[in-house]
Amino acid sequence: MALLELSNISYIVKDKSIISDVSLSVNQGDYITIVGPSGSGKSTLLKLCSDLISPTSGTITYNDRPLTAIDPESYRREVGYCFQRPYLFAKTVRRNILFPYDIRGLKPDMSRIEYLFDLLHMPLNYMERRNDELSGGEMQRICLIRSLIFEPKVLLLDEVTSALDATNTSIVENVIDELHKKGITIISITHNEEQSLRIANRRITIVDGQLAKEEVLI
Amino acid sequence: MSQFQTISTISLCLASVLVIISMIMSYRQELKLEKDIFISAIRATVQLLVIGFILSYIFSTESPIFIIGLLGFMAFNAAYNSAKRGQGIPHALWISWFAITIGAWITLSILLVTGVLSFTAYQLIPVGGMVISGAMVAIGLCYRQMLSNFELRRQEVEIKLALGSTPKQASKAIVRDVIKTGLQPTVDSAKTLGIVALPGMMTGLILAGMPPLEAVKYQMIVTFMSLSTISIACFITCQLAYRTFFNTRNQLYK
Repeated sequence: MALLELSNISYIVKDKSIISDVSLSVNQGDYITIVGPSGSGKSTLLKLCSDLISPTSGTITYNDRPLTAIDPESYRREVGYCFQRPYLFAKTVRRNILFPYDIRGLKPDMSRIEYLFDLLHMPLNYMERRNDELSGGEMQRICLIRSLIFEPKVLLLDEVTSALDATNTSIVENVIDELHKKGITIISITHNEEQSLRIANRRITIVDGQLAKEEVLI
Repeated sequence: MSQFQTISTISLCLASVLVIISMIMSYRQELKLEKDIFISAIRATVQLLVIGFILSYIFSTESPIFIIGLLGFMAFNAAYNSAKRGQGIPHALWISWFAITIGAWITLSILLVTGVLSFTAYQLIPVGGMVISGAMVAIGLCYRQMLSNFELRRQEVEIKLALGSTPKQASKAIVRDVIKTGLQPTVDSAKTLGIVALPGMMTGLILAGMPPLEAVKYQMIVTFMSLSTISIACFITCQLAYRTFFNTRNQLYK
């Protein structure tokens, strides 16, 4: 049984087809990389998987249930999404890290926060930093921590290392590998050929909104 | 008011020389505004005389249906005007109308219950007009700020939704900013009352012969009722309007 199943999905905006008749089956524990030229619809496909937009036609099921039958908040709490451009809201790192607890009405679990800061090689005192004091790499790592506060079952990554230097890229890649080893399903967009082949078990190529190629790598 | 300082017609005619001064200034400076100044003075005179007669008629009525009907008409017009600032927000007209009506109704009810106002057209219509127009301006500001915030902070809202928040949680920061924007001019104006400028209503009462301390009391009530109505109207508007930016799947509209 597929964890996430996209069946003949299309997405049209103002008569322009962005995604056209894409079908994809994602199993528990998969590590799928999505490649393709800029503007081919990769990010839209990921947004469809995250339920931030809905397909114009076709169906998406999660654990054999159509997304339309699942409460959107419950689904998004199981399917984490990290955007390409790191974005921290409010003014401080603390507000971002505590946000997942706030929306669940829970008290912060400091041991979990400490663990994630350690995993991403971030000193814990960065919690007290203002957002504008952080570099791009540090912001992206905080964004990743924010997405991992409550461990998702599926992690959607939209070119999260595209703007990072070699050191930050390596840190983030190691964390993603670690999460995959723990059984988290990863779907990651990348422009980096080496990255797309390194650990993923499947690679799909999107061209002009269509599934052009699907490769089993391992 | 103990006694009115009336203005004689002759004094009024003599004061119209002030208009001639501005026409002469325009002529000397070659602004070519003499005709416009003359027409605007004539229009102002005619319009004010007409509204004077209408108000005399309105204030002479004691029919509660007429008073409530007129207040309702004012609220609808104010809603129509503020909704123009919310083009792109579905049901902006009805949201504005509801917010203005509830805001004005609560404020006027408190003023009636506490005995500050009596249920007469003479008191309710001008005071109602003040609170309704204040709410109209504040709601217009709220709409503009909300449209701009949902556009500029789209990614922030999407990130919060992706983290599993409800539209209410994802919009909380925006709604807070928008309410502040709607309230700020009134709060700023209240802070500087009597320091930067004497408010028009208070000045009018003093000119009409009311002792300054009595006029101040009226101005305090006007300030309090403006704050109350605008707070209620901004809160209701934002709470109803933010939801229209999301669809039934709790996704942001494109």
